[in-house]
Amino acid sequence: MDVRTEREEPEIDLTDAAALAAPAGTPGEMIAEEVSAWFGSHKVLENLNLHMPAGRVTALIGPSGCGKSTFIRILNRMHELVVGAALAGSVLLDGADIYGPHHRPTDTRRRIGMVFQKPNPFPTMSVYDNVLSGLKLTRSRATDRDALVEQCLGRAGLWNEVKNRLRAAGGALSGGQQQRLCIARALAVQPEVLLMDEPCSALDPTSTRRIEETIEEIKQQVTIVIVTHNMQQAQRISEQCAFFNVNEGEPGRIVEIGPTAQIFENPKDQRTADYVHGRFG
Amino acid sequence: MSVDLDDPGLQAPPDSPNGHVELAPMRPGALRWNDVAIFLGAAVSSLSLVWLVYERLAPTSGALGFLICWVLTFLLVYWIVVREVDGPLVATDKLVAVGIGIVAVGLLVPLVSILVYIIYQGLHALTVGFFLRDMTGISPQQPASAGGAAHAIVGSLEQVGLALVISVPIGITAAVYMNEVRGRMTRAVRTFVNAMSGVPSIVAGLFIYAIWLLQFHHSFSGFAAALALSILMLPTVARTAEEVLRLVPDGLREASLALGSPEWRTTWSVVLPTARSGLVTAVILGMARAVGETAPLIMTSFGTQTMNWNPFSGAQQSLPLFVWQQYQLGGGAVGTPGFLRAFTGAFALIMVVLILFVIARLFGRSKFSSR
Repeated sequence: MDVRTEREEPEIDLTDAAALAAPAGTPGEMIAEEVSAWFGSHKVLENLNLHMPAGRVTALIGPSGCGKSTFIRILNRMHELVVGAALAGSVLLDGADIYGPHHRPTDTRRRIGMVFQKPNPFPTMSVYDNVLSGLKLTRSRATDRDALVEQCLGRAGLWNEVKNRLRAAGGALSGGQQQRLCIARALAVQPEVLLMDEPCSALDPTSTRRIEETIEEIKQQVTIVIVTHNMQQAQRISEQCAFFNVNEGEPGRIVEIGPTAQIFENPKDQRTADYVHGRFG
Repeated sequence: MSVDLDDPGLQAPPDSPNGHVELAPMRPGALRWNDVAIFLGAAVSSLSLVWLVYERLAPTSGALGFLICWVLTFLLVYWIVVREVDGPLVATDKLVAVGIGIVAVGLLVPLVSILVYIIYQGLHALTVGFFLRDMTGISPQQPASAGGAAHAIVGSLEQVGLALVISVPIGITAAVYMNEVRGRMTRAVRTFVNAMSGVPSIVAGLFIYAIWLLQFHHSFSGFAAALALSILMLPTVARTAEEVLRLVPDGLREASLALGSPEWRTTWSVVLPTARSGLVTAVILGMARAVGETAPLIMTSFGTQTMNWNPFSGAQQSLPLFVWQQYQLGGGAVGTPGFLRAFTGAFALIMVVLILFVIARLFGRSKFSSR
């Protein structure tokens, strides 16, 4: 059951980077230090440093092919599942390197959840079983399964729509509902961080708005890192933005990191300014 | 140019309240009485024309030639008539459709005729007792309705059952290894499985005879037959299961792994249930291969006339072996008791296969699939 409580946050100035850091000790803080990645011998990311504060939304923006998806797959140890993939650097979750020798990948992936671009609910399970599938797959126990399902579907903004058909097939929902089901499924294992790889790119505006409301509700308890191509979405939901860029023949790099308002109104780098104002991308 | 709004031609028809004219629904491609009449008329006229020329006038004879001439003439007459009625475009379309239909019917004819002939010949010995008695003490002179194939049915079910128990877990594990684990020996495993699928059934029987019966000093048994059958079933199950596992979308595996599931549990709880109906198809194909094999049974279970419930000791009868041995009893002469019993045995074999397939399909239906 969820035991984390809402914290009272004072009003923060969204252009002030220092004020964006969450109070020390909040779980879910991630730091990527000098992360590089290869596919075989082809280097795709070079020396990335990014601090993702707990309880905040960090948006990763940038043109296609610059390694944003590879980067967030490094954050939950899915990158190493690709044959021939390699990486360097460290990724700290609450101060501990998740690639350290004493860390199981499965534990890391339970604490750092992921929502994919294309909704992928399990077709052989009902909606109810889909939400609880994370528990079944990680052999965790829940004291009150019905309450957990209701809580997770409620946080994902799906409870009212499916409360009368919890036993229907997971694949029988519309695209937006399926994606919210995937979010509910990811929340059921109580992650500290939720990675989202363009979760709304395949959805209509209404579903997108619902998911953004969900992000707004859960960000206090779950750190969110979201890859998005939608500039307006990044401005609406994130407190911090990292702009990725890649030049031909070179690995991807982070060009600029900063508070969202500052990235969009007053970027320090010309390339960032060009991208957010739509001159390329 | 002014328009006279009192012109009755511009008014709506009196019987439609909102001014719209109701049109009759058009169903292109649907069968009309006209089409059926043209089809039958062409068939009859071509039949009579061919009968006149083929049978009476020309020095030709034979049923097959008659049939071919009739089909060709029918197609020609049909095409001419449809061309006159509906035009050349429709005529070509209908000609090809009818031609394909005739070919399809032609393909069904051998299948149906096998079934009909088996039932026709098998009816003589087909009694309730056929499924309850065995052949103990039945001499070759006794009529076809004496004796039964109960021992053969029991033997077939037990041997195929044991072969399933052996080959299905190994086959699906091999498929999981080749597709999910993708270890270093994947290529070797795939080569072995493909090579095994080419093993002749009698060689599989000889192999089990040499190893199990001679080397390990066992006697004929249903279990030895099951071993030989599983050699034949295993490659089919493994290859089909691998194909089916490949069709499970990667997104589901990723979703499961991202929740923190270990890879083996992802395979067990997500991939295999998603591929369930395909895996059942793999099992059915394996069963189909094994249930009709006769050659490997000759030297592993040997066959017997008495009921043997224990597949682990003593020779056991099975349906294909029963058919063959009954046929030999009759010396191959049509109408002898052995000959008739063989056909009844073949009919029983078809029924057993049908029931096994239906059970497997029911078992494989996921609670959410509409198929």
